[in-house]
Amino acid sequence: MIEFQLNGEPVSVDLPADTPLLWIVREHFQLTGSKFGCGMGLCGACTMHVDGIASRTCILPIAAVAGKSVTTIEGLGNAEELHPVQEAWLEHNVPQCGYCQPGQIMSASALLANNPKPSDGEIDAAMSGNICRCGTYPRIRKAIKSVAGVQQFDPAAQAAGGEA
Amino acid sequence: MSQSNMAIQRRSFLKLLGAGGLMLSMPALAKDKPLLYSQGDALVSDGVLQITPAGEIIFLMPRAEMGQGTNTGLSMLIAEELNTPPELITILHAGVGEPYKNPLFGMQMTGGSTSIMAHYEPLRKTAATAREMIVQAASEKLNMDPSSLQLRDGKLWLAEKAYSLGDFVERASQIKPPTKVVLKSNSSLRFIGKPQKKVDGLAKVTGQARFGIDVGSPSAESVINGSDQHIPNLKRAALLRCPVIGGEVKTVDASAAKALPGVIDVVTIFNGVAVVAEHYWQARKALTELKVEWNLPELAKQNSADIRRAFEKALSEDGQTAFEEGDSRAAIAKAGDNTLTADYHVPYLAHATMEPMNCTVWLQDDVADVWVPTQGPDVSQTVASEHCDVPRDNIRVHSTFLGGGFGRRVNQDYVAEAVAIAKASGYPIQLVWSREDDMKNDFYRPAASARMSAAMDENGQLQAWDVTRVGPNIMGYTIDEAAGMYLPEFLPGGFVDWISKRGHGIFENWTVDPSSVEGLWEEYSVANKTVRQVTIDPGLRLGFWRSVGHSFSGFFKEGFMDELAEKAEIDPLDYRLQHCGDMPRLAAALKKVADMSHWKQREQLAAQGRYLGIASVFSFNSYVAQVAEVSVEGGQIKVHKVYCVADCGRVVNPDGVAAQIEGGIVFGLSAALSGTITLKDGVVEQSNFHDYPVVRMSEAPDIELHIVPSTQAPTGAGEPAVPPIAPAVANAVFAASGQRLRELPLRLA
Repeated sequence: MIEFQLNGEPVSVDLPADTPLLWIVREHFQLTGSKFGCGMGLCGACTMHVDGIASRTCILPIAAVAGKSVTTIEGLGNAEELHPVQEAWLEHNVPQCGYCQPGQIMSASALLANNPKPSDGEIDAAMSGNICRCGTYPRIRKAIKSVAGVQQFDPAAQAAGGEA
Repeated sequence: MSQSNMAIQRRSFLKLLGAGGLMLSMPALAKDKPLLYSQGDALVSDGVLQITPAGEIIFLMPRAEMGQGTNTGLSMLIAEELNTPPELITILHAGVGEPYKNPLFGMQMTGGSTSIMAHYEPLRKTAATAREMIVQAASEKLNMDPSSLQLRDGKLWLAEKAYSLGDFVERASQIKPPTKVVLKSNSSLRFIGKPQKKVDGLAKVTGQARFGIDVGSPSAESVINGSDQHIPNLKRAALLRCPVIGGEVKTVDASAAKALPGVIDVVTIFNGVAVVAEHYWQARKALTELKVEWNLPELAKQNSADIRRAFEKALSEDGQTAFEEGDSRAAIAKAGDNTLTADYHVPYLAHATMEPMNCTVWLQDDVADVWVPTQGPDVSQTVASEHCDVPRDNIRVHSTFLGGGFGRRVNQDYVAEAVAIAKASGYPIQLVWSREDDMKNDFYRPAASARMSAAMDENGQLQAWDVTRVGPNIMGYTIDEAAGMYLPEFLPGGFVDWISKRGHGIFENWTVDPSSVEGLWEEYSVANKTVRQVTIDPGLRLGFWRSVGHSFSGFFKEGFMDELAEKAEIDPLDYRLQHCGDMPRLAAALKKVADMSHWKQREQLAAQGRYLGIASVFSFNSYVAQVAEVSVEGGQIKVHKVYCVADCGRVVNPDGVAAQIEGGIVFGLSAALSGTITLKDGVVEQSNFHDYPVVRMSEAPDIELHIVPSTQAPTGAGEPAVPPIAPAVANAVFAASGQRLRELPLRLA
């Protein structure tokens, strides 16, 4: 029996310890916002917060979260009470197919929680584990900066070689 | 209304489904084929729009929502004529039915960047018809002149008093629909042409949007279309296929797998061995315990190095003529030194949609339910019927959101597999592919090579344009699947199969597959032009990949134009302008993108180590010009910024078009910088994102976009931004390094 916190509620499961957290959250707890994309921790679609750290849960055995606090997209915010990152995502009309976006939002919210004003380089570093095949990256970057209250990307400065 | 609060609205549908199943509501259409999610007592317009007695406006979305924004864009067309914001319209993905066919294809396919261009007028007429009928019914019921009534914001207004539309539905449905309706004038448009937030945005940022993969885990909070209705005793399945696509099971030893916890059954189907288990992870793990011997197909003899050599050899063959004007070879022979020839190559590519293929199937005695993220629900239905004993019309296809399509979900192999597993195991099952399954069992973008030759006069002006394209053709692989849909169901399956396989061969000899050569000659005015196709098909199955033939022809043509400009010693922008006189909208896009990128002052940028490359492509009836700003340092190509001008005719949702253009650039950039699928003894060598890398945040360029204001008919937006990016980057790399890269992905020497 493994016990942990899921979106603030204490939960327990009795399953083989090597079962990835992702499948337990999706099938046992029926929270399907976290997605399966690669099964190797390469694409970030499965990202959840484990004790506040953005974690790839398709390769995270359930045993590793014993006693820890897990937050999924459903626990981050909802239609009635959106997280600022979710609001920014709507404001910048980020989602296309939307499949990767829960993972993107979980990575972005973890980044901003630890680093409220990330630079371009820091955004790249934190977000490059999340793949979006629809190509929403430019909007994700803008949305993150809007939450951070950071000056938007300046093309002229960039053309002059002033990029971070 | 948005999809986030669809839960409440959906109950009425579930009730309908529960209370005796599907209702017929289409007197004028397809009498014998009840539509999924029909409201028997609603006012129905063309089968796609229903206004219920409760006053709810329901739009049965005829196209797949795969990220291209069709939910929003098509809803705006309905919204416009109903004078009601898109957020107040309930969207349900349609099932299979006559009214949901794509007017341009005669089938339900979503693809070819057609959704707006095909529906722009028809959907507005549908909504305008409903509006007129409601207003007329209200005028009769309230005994008021129609001119005193207005449909607005989901209500019927008489001065300051608002009535529910439902008050007039019964009377309206007895009115003969007007044969002619007047659409709103362009000057009075309320929604069309104005940026609209995605109607499904909230559902997508809160994790509530339901994709095919989510169907097996119903939750009270997240719903769509009744597609999460309870499926009793649902099991999860994973499938082990032959390492070479098309191989079949010779022997199987499942004893170890069957002994694992949670494993319910192991079944052999047409292309592999499936484990059916209580939970997906149990099924996936058990696959590794299967011992299977395979009968390998012909494809097992194929290796990428051999394929490449065969393509190169074939470049000097004549093949079939796809396009001919004048005599290009004679003109080249006459031109002496004023000629240029160059060979270009692109590899096979995978789609790599973020949502791996999946399908959920529940077979009952004489009906079946199939939940599937698909670009062609009618083909899903046909393919499903070929793998079970349920007649085609008794198969209910529930479309879901698609976690990316890009053409991959036109093909329905995953539906066939899921139905076969459900049939063999006797359980309702959900089949979910792994990323490795997905990468190794795609319908790939064809590899292709081209020999580009041209002749110019003493002023550098083109006199001859001569292309030989070598490679396989997509069409035969798609006909195989779709053929069944067009043939009577009473034909034995073997006959359908025979016809479709012959179709493949017949097609190859009958004419050149347009998707093999499209884009190789259209833009530039040259007196003598020839395009030839030499078919060499290694047998790896093929499909439509975002921008299809243009995905390679754009690279061939625009890379070569840059070479010709260099030889003629003319600015590559000016050189294009000198030759695209027949396409003024392309010329205008080129000029605009040159202005935006300060093309003529690019030496100043070069002083800072940044170089520009330009390319323009006409595809899907749209004109797109791009300039890529690139640096080359330490053997690394870095794309910093892309300037883009897109002329897609009249734009319904400017922000939706912008998103598609941005997405097209990023998608094309993955192919330019890293995408390649190779074969070793017929096995696809790539398996996941570590060996099939795609663009990530750190490689995503800034994009500056201009959408040309236009009153022309709407044209494609989803695909046309893909073709120019690879040549724009390649041409910038030439400016930066002097290296002319004629092969994708781009690799510096």
